[in-house]
Amino acid sequence: MKSVVEFTLNGEGRAVLCEPRQTLLEILREEIRLTGTKEGCSNGNCGACNVLLDGVLVNSCLILAVEVQGRSIVTVEGLARPDGTLHPLQQAFLDHAALQCGVCTPGFLLSAKALLDEKPNPTETEVRYWLAGNLCRCTGYDKIVRAVLDVARSSAPSTPTR
Amino acid sequence: MSSTSSPSSVLVETPLRVVGTRPVRPDGIEKVNGRALYGADVQLPGALQGRVLRSPHAHARIRRIDTSAAAALPGVRAVITARDLPPAPDRVEEMGDRTTSLRYVTDNLLASEKVLYQGHAVAAVAATSDAIAEAALALIQVDYELLPVVMTAGAALAPGAPQILPGLRAERMGQRDPQPSNLASMVRHERGDLEAGFRRAKVVIDRRFRTETVHQGYIEPHATTAICQPDGQVTIWATTQGIFSVRSQIAAVLQIPLAHIKVIPTEIGGGFGGKITVYLEPLAVVLSRKAGSLPVRLVMSRTEVLTSTGPTAGSDIRIRMGADASGKLTAAHAELYYEAGAFPGSPVGAALVVSFAPYACATMRVDGYDVIVNRPRSAAYRAPGGTNVAFGVESVVDELAAALSIDPIEFRLRNGVKEGDLRPNNEPYARIGHLECLRALQQTEHYRSPLTGRNRGRGVACGAWGNWGGQSSATAALNADGSVSLNTASTDIGGSRASIAMQLAESLGISYEQVKPRIGDTDSVSHNDVTGGSRTTFATGWAAYELGQKIAAEMTARLAAAWKISAEAITRKSGGFASGTQAVDFAEAARIACDDEPLMVSVTVNPKLYGAGFSAQCVDVEVDPDTGKVTIVRYTIVQDAGRAVHPSYVEGQMQGGVAQGVGWALNEEYVYNERGELLNGSFLDYRMPTACDLPMIETVIVEVANPGHPYGVRGVGEVNIIPPAGAIANAIHQATGLRMGALPMSPPRVLSALLARKNGSKGCGAVSQG
Amino acid sequence: MQAFDYLPAVSVDEAVAALAAGGAGARALGGGTDLIAQIKEGRRSVARIVDLKRIPALAEIKFPPEGGAWIGAAVTCRTLNQHVEFKRRFPGMHDSTHLIGGVQIQGRATIGGNLCNASPAADGIPNLIAHRVRVHVAGPAGARVVPVEAFCVGPGRTVLATGELVVAFEFPASPVRFGAAYLRFTPRNEMDIAVAGAAAAVELDDAGQNFKSVRLALGAVGPTPLLVESAGPRLAGQPVNDASLELAGSLARAVAKPITDMRGTIEQRQHLAGVLTVRALRLALDRARGTRTVDALGRPL
Repeated sequence: MKSVVEFTLNGEGRAVLCEPRQTLLEILREEIRLTGTKEGCSNGNCGACNVLLDGVLVNSCLILAVEVQGRSIVTVEGLARPDGTLHPLQQAFLDHAALQCGVCTPGFLLSAKALLDEKPNPTETEVRYWLAGNLCRCTGYDKIVRAVLDVARSSAPSTPTR
Repeated sequence: MSSTSSPSSVLVETPLRVVGTRPVRPDGIEKVNGRALYGADVQLPGALQGRVLRSPHAHARIRRIDTSAAAALPGVRAVITARDLPPAPDRVEEMGDRTTSLRYVTDNLLASEKVLYQGHAVAAVAATSDAIAEAALALIQVDYELLPVVMTAGAALAPGAPQILPGLRAERMGQRDPQPSNLASMVRHERGDLEAGFRRAKVVIDRRFRTETVHQGYIEPHATTAICQPDGQVTIWATTQGIFSVRSQIAAVLQIPLAHIKVIPTEIGGGFGGKITVYLEPLAVVLSRKAGSLPVRLVMSRTEVLTSTGPTAGSDIRIRMGADASGKLTAAHAELYYEAGAFPGSPVGAALVVSFAPYACATMRVDGYDVIVNRPRSAAYRAPGGTNVAFGVESVVDELAAALSIDPIEFRLRNGVKEGDLRPNNEPYARIGHLECLRALQQTEHYRSPLTGRNRGRGVACGAWGNWGGQSSATAALNADGSVSLNTASTDIGGSRASIAMQLAESLGISYEQVKPRIGDTDSVSHNDVTGGSRTTFATGWAAYELGQKIAAEMTARLAAAWKISAEAITRKSGGFASGTQAVDFAEAARIACDDEPLMVSVTVNPKLYGAGFSAQCVDVEVDPDTGKVTIVRYTIVQDAGRAVHPSYVEGQMQGGVAQGVGWALNEEYVYNERGELLNGSFLDYRMPTACDLPMIETVIVEVANPGHPYGVRGVGEVNIIPPAGAIANAIHQATGLRMGALPMSPPRVLSALLARKNGSKGCGAVSQG
Repeated sequence: MQAFDYLPAVSVDEAVAALAAGGAGARALGGGTDLIAQIKEGRRSVARIVDLKRIPALAEIKFPPEGGAWIGAAVTCRTLNQHVEFKRRFPGMHDSTHLIGGVQIQGRATIGGNLCNASPAADGIPNLIAHRVRVHVAGPAGARVVPVEAFCVGPGRTVLATGELVVAFEFPASPVRFGAAYLRFTPRNEMDIAVAGAAAAVELDDAGQNFKSVRLALGAVGPTPLLVESAGPRLAGQPVNDASLELAGSLARAVAKPITDMRGTIEQRQHLAGVLTVRALRLALDRARGTRTVDALGRPL
């Protein structure tokens, strides 16, 4: 039986008709057609589907869409400013060549954002711990970790973008 | 074209301005803001959703398939089985990553008489929703007669083993065996008198190794959308390493003219060799045809990816090498048994050429066996076959060096190949950078630093990969404002849009930002081979170089006409054109050149002097003596890039290859039960390295220019995955005294070996010390 | 994924009624990180899901004046990881809550879900056992309290009857000179299932030289997480030294009855039960004494 689920997506209100068995990932991709959130494993082991739920990093493949009634979701499409200016992490990933195929990149960006929102000055060990739920098969993580550390080091709290 | 036949250098003499810089990739913004479209992101209006029914059994005869209940389910628009595919002749064709019988390719798409591995496709449905398609699968009844399973090369070749492919007779050096067996083929390369060589040796090491099946592990599952129009015209959206390969495979399997098939590439979320073979695309076409030409989308789950696509071959390997007192190799012998999976085509042929590739040895024999087992049909995986055999060879070389008290890098230098030396298949090397890589590794701070800490060991290993050239075609249009639109059809899997555009910019004397590269579909340019074999930046990059030369020549000719002088009187200067007192910058020249007629050029290439790639690597590990867990403490990779067009992406290839090699070495393996059912078909239990399992991976790019490319480029995608397993095995030996004989060198194997030594017996997974 | 009803309960009574009415096909939903994956993979059949996350009582975190803690069953690992007071009172629990999945799993996964999923390899349960946690259960027949070591009865099976749910965990007050730790072994460093796990809680005498009490629990070496019952009586009063630590390890090995599966072998797990027990004890001892003699994996520095 379908029901209407209302939530905020990247700052805008949404109402979507959902079956209980539909995951948040499925609704984002197939109903709302924001396909930046990727499906890599469907059981919470790769992080490609990461989104922020009320600011908390989660796997959208393991959340039923009906669970997000009244909540707020941020996807990769919501990272840049409304005028299109990239988030510092997005820019750093480009500058550091921290992506090859790019399919894991949205998930990494959201994990990195969640990390820096909580710990603005993480150590390399902390960065790796926070990114451990995101699998990348192309890069060996080196340039990704460097990109995140670079944003942390160059972003004083008063200057959100560079 | 002229440049493919001459053996002399084609290196350009002018200093490079663009090649060697690190610009942002042209497709970067879309990939960080989530707008880039990958395979599963294609959403056409009215598209049906498909699902594939897969065999739960590893080996069974299909007695009967009843699809009537599924077809009758409301919302189901098409159900297909092998009967919906054209009958396939036993005709050998080039099919993706191998040359093989069309019958095998067709039978892998949908099983006809037998299922040959768990996950083998037996039927497919298309429905108005994914939920209906899923429900329809459950309504398909398949009556199986179970057959005994054969899971390893050893079991497959044992006397009396069940025959997996009916009537398969091995081809041995061009001769067919009289009797059928599970051996598909046997190939040998040799030179010199092997046993005489071993008699000259002071030390001979003879070891056996086992490597388990591993998967490429790309994060994006296979996905496709296809439309088959009533007139037979086909359009396919594919996430693939080669749209032309998809086109030719579909044309062959479905017997459709090539020109009637258009393949549109989506972005690709990793491939590593595993996205060359078609799995879903022909099914989507047939489903669409049967469903009244509606678009059909098929997307694999992760479990389907693991059970039914691309793993690389597990292998049984014997390596025997001898060296004299001076540390010179006197003989080398390899026997390689590679598990092809359910159909012929393991990478054992490539493995033979990798085997002793870094070593100059006058006496050598390499034997390779392609063995059928009840596992998924193996597919190419980054330097296919190389990691397996190099694990064995580099372990044995380490033992030889130790036995002769020679530093492991010094031993490799004494025996290292250089220009003119022979590869294992007896082809001579052109100019290569093997010795340069070894010397660079010797000079790294890592290798020179003392090893500190408890339970630690350091290992080195090296590797060689032949690389490839292949066919590329490209067009470029000069725009009146001086910008250039570049069209290729080479899948960009890790930044090659940038490296190709950079070569056009270099060739034409303009900035990188003035070139806009675009990857077209199969109707936009002519044939391009797959993005694989480390060929794209080399070969499609060469096409870009030639495009630049052609545009410049045409611009010069048109300027000459406009200025009413001879073309010879015009020279290039800082990107512009000049003659006597006249000088124009590039944009002005473009405006003049395009004034009366558009300027577009096309190029086709098949460059042959692709230049082998080499890598030398050093790793420090720590082995927990109480758990057997191996931690990578420090890693350095040296690799010859010929010329690094975009150094960041070269480093990325090096680091990525090492990371995959570490996974292969330590934890990745297919775990089957006795019925041939895969037990770890998820990213939870198929353990690829996470960010917490790797340190920073230090890179040293060596540049020994490839004389067979205008800018000296060598392919860089693959050789990096060859040495890690051997290097790590050698480091584990230094840390523990144990020689590991099997991959992965996972905690239970290392612990078992440690406990066995403590108890005075021989543990599984370790070979005894020489 | 199969179809099911979804009922977001807002009170314990409502949840109990919904679960009871749903019978065997009803399942309580916490963070869903196990349950939804299991439904997707066809490993669990459900007709009704009762979401517990909107029940205020299940989100409570309370610290009784006499010590200890009261933690609602739907509190996430992430919440506990960030909770300064909980971490101050029960630093050993952090070993589990920051190990379960990755950060994105911890954002959803609940302690109640970790217990009710009843995996033999659950990273939370041995630690709850070591901490002597009591599980408060509500159901159609009223409330009851179950010692956590008696909660799981087999792989995926618990003492919960139809309609029952876990409301909260009662952590008893820690004595002075108390320390606890949980360690697991996994091939990867994160995102993995325990091949074996061991939790240890110790209370030392005033001099910090002798065990006053010891509680050991193991994971992934039996059909349920196991309390090493012999450890308490055998180690109480013993001096803390290599011999007593080795005794603890051998008691753990004796209790461990592992199987061989794709994640580990009998030989390996038996061995690890001893190794991890000793290491967890060393870590717990450091915490009880305020010393730092071992690294984060319990290995002597």
